[in-house]
Amino acid sequence: MSETTGTVYTETVIYSTTEAFAADVPYQTAIVALDSGGRVTGRITGERVKIDDRVSRVEIRDGVPFFRKIT
Amino acid sequence: MRPVAVIGVGKTPFGAFPDRDLRSLAVEAGEKCLANGHTTPAGVDAFFLGNFAGPSFVGQNHLAPYVSTALGIHGVPATRVEAACASSGSAFFHAYTGVASGVYDIVLVVGVEKMTSQATPRVTEILAGAGDCAGEIKAGSTFASLFAMIARRHMFEFGTTRRHLAAVAVKNHANGALNPDAQMRKVITMEQAMAGKPIADPLNLYDCSLISDGAAAVLLAPAERAGEFTGKPVRVLGIAQASDYVALDQKPDITTFPAVRRAAAKAYQMAGVGPADIQLAELHDCFTIAEIIAIEDLGFAPRGQGGPFTLEGHTARTGDKPINTSGGLKSKGHPVGATGAAQICDLVLQMRCEAGERQVPRNSLGLAQNLGGSGATCVVTILGTI
Repeated sequence: MSETTGTVYTETVIYSTTEAFAADVPYQTAIVALDSGGRVTGRITGERVKIDDRVSRVEIRDGVPFFRKIT
Repeated sequence: MRPVAVIGVGKTPFGAFPDRDLRSLAVEAGEKCLANGHTTPAGVDAFFLGNFAGPSFVGQNHLAPYVSTALGIHGVPATRVEAACASSGSAFFHAYTGVASGVYDIVLVVGVEKMTSQATPRVTEILAGAGDCAGEIKAGSTFASLFAMIARRHMFEFGTTRRHLAAVAVKNHANGALNPDAQMRKVITMEQAMAGKPIADPLNLYDCSLISDGAAAVLLAPAERAGEFTGKPVRVLGIAQASDYVALDQKPDITTFPAVRRAAAKAYQMAGVGPADIQLAELHDCFTIAEIIAIEDLGFAPRGQGGPFTLEGHTARTGDKPINTSGGLKSKGHPVGATGAAQICDLVLQMRCEAGERQVPRNSLGLAQNLGGSGATCVVTILGTI
């Protein structure tokens, strides 16, 4: 079972944030249930996702996993 | 363990006060509370300060003796308690244990936060320190976004709607409009609450509590001595604090708060009452979804039914289970470290029939629920009149 793929457990699109992320708004974060077990909070790139969408990890940036919707 | 009573309460108004510093707010609430409980500073055996982030908001550490000495309380133990938004609920819990165990007789609890000296993005960053900074926060989460993810999942699993969330905000604003100490004394309509500026989907501005300055204080004594200080003592019938994961992604189910359920079960058992017996409650509505889930976790409504329960009017001031008659964190304001103590103050005012225009008729058994972070700390307190 892969730790690079999973299913969206929940998500949100953020419009108001800290200075560190201000340039990114609006951006989407999600809690992803990994196929390998456990959950992780990461960022979504590309198309917006909703609960139960399948996602794949495309990169880890400064320790933060970025996921993209599997279409 | 011996019975404990609240013998005094005192609060500052909540709001944005550019001319007030943290210490002056804490001192004002403490002095009002001591006067209310007919006690002098020399009569206080211990001091607990609830404060979340004074060091970050205003740069001051060692806050408990910093405040207690300004109140004229000298020599006794002075301890700061930090448990995010449950800081002064936890301070109250620890003060209670000190009196119940017989270590102290008269204990003063002050909760305080001075937030408005920082701009909103910095406030958001400081508040995020109550989350998992190495995980969810590093990924860009804010507290609003954590509760937005909770709301999303609650909507998905139970059919909770935007309208249910908005009903919480409309109700709490209607109550806060009647509270002279509330920060935002403004009635809002369902249409306004539905159409607020987006913060983190599905939450908008009207789903979020306020950024506030303020302080609240509570004075405790052994119940057998309460009559020496007040003609209207209010008994602590049940109280418990519980803990859980800090990171939301570590929780098996984010649509319920195990710390709330655990603290509630213990507090109900200790008081010998159940959810149906509670006549009024002050709940931790840091975000509208938090009040809906608290309604469920405390057993006022079945799981998933907190939204409909609110929309049907049960929790209105005129309903059968009035919740947040003070206006809640949403309208009264949320100076983080003051909130838990303020909830106790507001319950006590209702139970003494001193709540003015927002007074409810059934007021002999009340519950306060103070939540820290996204549910890592919860304190539940049940108060009753003797």
